[in-house]
Amino acid sequence: MARLSLRNLCKTYGEVAALRDMSLDIHDREFFVLLGPTGAGKTTTLRCIAGLEKPESGEIRIGDDIVNGWSAAQRDVALVFQQYSLYPNYTVRENLEFPLKSKLRRTPAEEIARRVQKAAETVRIQHLLDRRTDRLSGGEMQRVSIGRAIVREPRLFLMDEPLSNLDAKLRELLRSELKELQARLGATLIFVTHDQVEAMTMGDRIGVLCDGQLVQVGTPYEVYNFPRNTFVASFVGTPAINLFDAAIDGEELIVVKDTFQFALDSAGRSRLNGSAAKRAKVRVGVRPEHVKLVPNGGIEGTVYGAENHGVEMIVTISIAEHFIRATVPPTVPITLNQAVRIGFVQDKLHFFDADSTENLTHA
Amino acid sequence: MADIDIIDAEKCFGSNRVIRKLNLQIAHGEFVVLLGPSGCGKTTTLRAIAGLEELDSGEIRIGGRRVDTLPASERDIAFVFQLYSLYPHLSAFENIAFPLRASNVPDKVVREKVKAVAKVLRIEHMLNKKPSALAGGDMQRVTIGRALVRRPKAMLMDEPIGALDAKLREQMRTELRRLHVENDSTTVYVTHDQVEAMSMADRIAIMNDGVLQQVGSPTEVYERPANLFVAQFVGSPIMNVLDCSIEAGESGANVRFKGMDSAFMFGAEVQRRVAASGSDVALGVRPEAVLVEPTRQPGYLPVDVHLIEPQGAYDVLDLRVGEAILRARTESQLVNQPHETVWIKLDETRTHFFDKKSGLVLRAQS
Repeated sequence: MARLSLRNLCKTYGEVAALRDMSLDIHDREFFVLLGPTGAGKTTTLRCIAGLEKPESGEIRIGDDIVNGWSAAQRDVALVFQQYSLYPNYTVRENLEFPLKSKLRRTPAEEIARRVQKAAETVRIQHLLDRRTDRLSGGEMQRVSIGRAIVREPRLFLMDEPLSNLDAKLRELLRSELKELQARLGATLIFVTHDQVEAMTMGDRIGVLCDGQLVQVGTPYEVYNFPRNTFVASFVGTPAINLFDAAIDGEELIVVKDTFQFALDSAGRSRLNGSAAKRAKVRVGVRPEHVKLVPNGGIEGTVYGAENHGVEMIVTISIAEHFIRATVPPTVPITLNQAVRIGFVQDKLHFFDADSTENLTHA
Repeated sequence: MADIDIIDAEKCFGSNRVIRKLNLQIAHGEFVVLLGPSGCGKTTTLRAIAGLEELDSGEIRIGGRRVDTLPASERDIAFVFQLYSLYPHLSAFENIAFPLRASNVPDKVVREKVKAVAKVLRIEHMLNKKPSALAGGDMQRVTIGRALVRRPKAMLMDEPIGALDAKLREQMRTELRRLHVENDSTTVYVTHDQVEAMSMADRIAIMNDGVLQQVGSPTEVYERPANLFVAQFVGSPIMNVLDCSIEAGESGANVRFKGMDSAFMFGAEVQRRVAASGSDVALGVRPEAVLVEPTRQPGYLPVDVHLIEPQGAYDVLDLRVGEAILRARTESQLVNQPHETVWIKLDETRTHFFDKKSGLVLRAQS
């Protein structure tokens, strides 16, 4: 396996800049997730690494080799797509053998048989080897696609939303399987997705992309707890973080556009990172699990919606024109339009610059 | 009153029995979700209520009146599909007004009613636009507005928000639930998404292979699933279901998964419960009912952490227990590295035992 390094990658399609000066280092044996909305440049990045797209400028290094001039075949990377792209008239075995039978490789027959067997065991499809691929379920097909990537023993695995076509239960199962597999193979794996749950649960590190730029690179814990700006804060986490515009009065009072206000305690003040005096206007972020229902004091609101999720309940509270979401235990009795009071866990508050959207707490 | 009674309903497509002896009573004002995988018969049931599908046998009553012999137009119900079926040449306003215009409601009343519905759906500012100028979520709001404007006896919805993106779906769940309450309507809602079912329903009716598996409140189906199918269809992360052996121990029942030396201790009642079934037994426990401690505790067993799946607000740990993998939901960062040892216990009151042959839950015997 190999490490990967991207230096100042730029790519445009006509007028549209798909990648803007993108630099990224991915470690050997790392499960790295590129996360972002449609059009952020995730797939373009992956295709540049694979050699299916040529960047206008910048350097791509796999291991110690600069591979910009290399063809896709020479780069020795394996791609797995959302669509299974298997040969429908072939058996699973023939599909797995296919990449090894290319003229470029000239792999001996015993070696092919050995690798196919090993890959089939790894992704648990030994019992399907003689079945035609059009007779397989979605989950089985995706396992075969991954198996076909494994037989090649490539330097890098590149996966583009490979789980998106599967139903929720199967996705959950394959997430654990894939992460376990990557660790066992010691593979360097770059995984593209728009699904933050996939990114959080599988990635050793996540690179969050927006408009062709890397906004933040970090572990799932870092990205969730120390989002660099409001984009990352609201893209990662479900239910989404609560965000509202506010003004700071003195150093102690947060006033939200004529609707509600709350006093900052010392924990909350420390989250402002000493910038209160300089910044009258901020955007406040608070995750739903850090909104608490309180018996008295706090901020008055009305229950706008309550969703039972079994393990917890998600309550939407309306305060004037604002909607604040709170995660509460399922045992709390809640009825629609009920009056409630809420407070925030202040040592978990985020303050963002109202203009640049940068996180002030973790600047 | 728009209570809906489905009595002994049966429907076949060729040799495929899509609804089998279905009995379901929906009270006036209730929000009932028909939940199940594709092909389970939920949509066929909804279409039968609407009059778009004829039953082979059985009855459907709305407000006490038998309707399965009536055409769809005489049942006074509104239907919302997943795909927005709007008239492309009409504005959003006229699309919503369409059912009223069709029954010659005076223009002044039409305006009032459309405005009122648009306000609830928060689409007042786009009433002059044509459907082609609207985003997916807005189109679906217009579709729902058209269904609501007549104030029908019952609202039937077939995956109405399935095609929207995740954020919008979250928002629409809350809105649809509110609309239901504010309109005092009876709603029957079809989905394959258990999150939608859990978060909106008064009661969930879970179907599989044309057979009704369980009907109950979200809390009931989540905490007291009737069988293995319901147990694993509802809830995320999925409930752990593992083969187990149960033997008499010193102070109760010893429960082991394959490959385990030590055992989880349960009350003696568990053994009587399982003995009564006379079949192999599977244990079911939700990830949040696997109690995890970072240090040794009395009554807890040491296990190896195989994988950590962070979710932000919490973590899911894959634990190796004997030859089995058990998933546990813990606070974030309780464990920092795979292959650490943690101590676990199964919360007995939230552990289920299932007859493996029938799939049925074995209830505690009191």
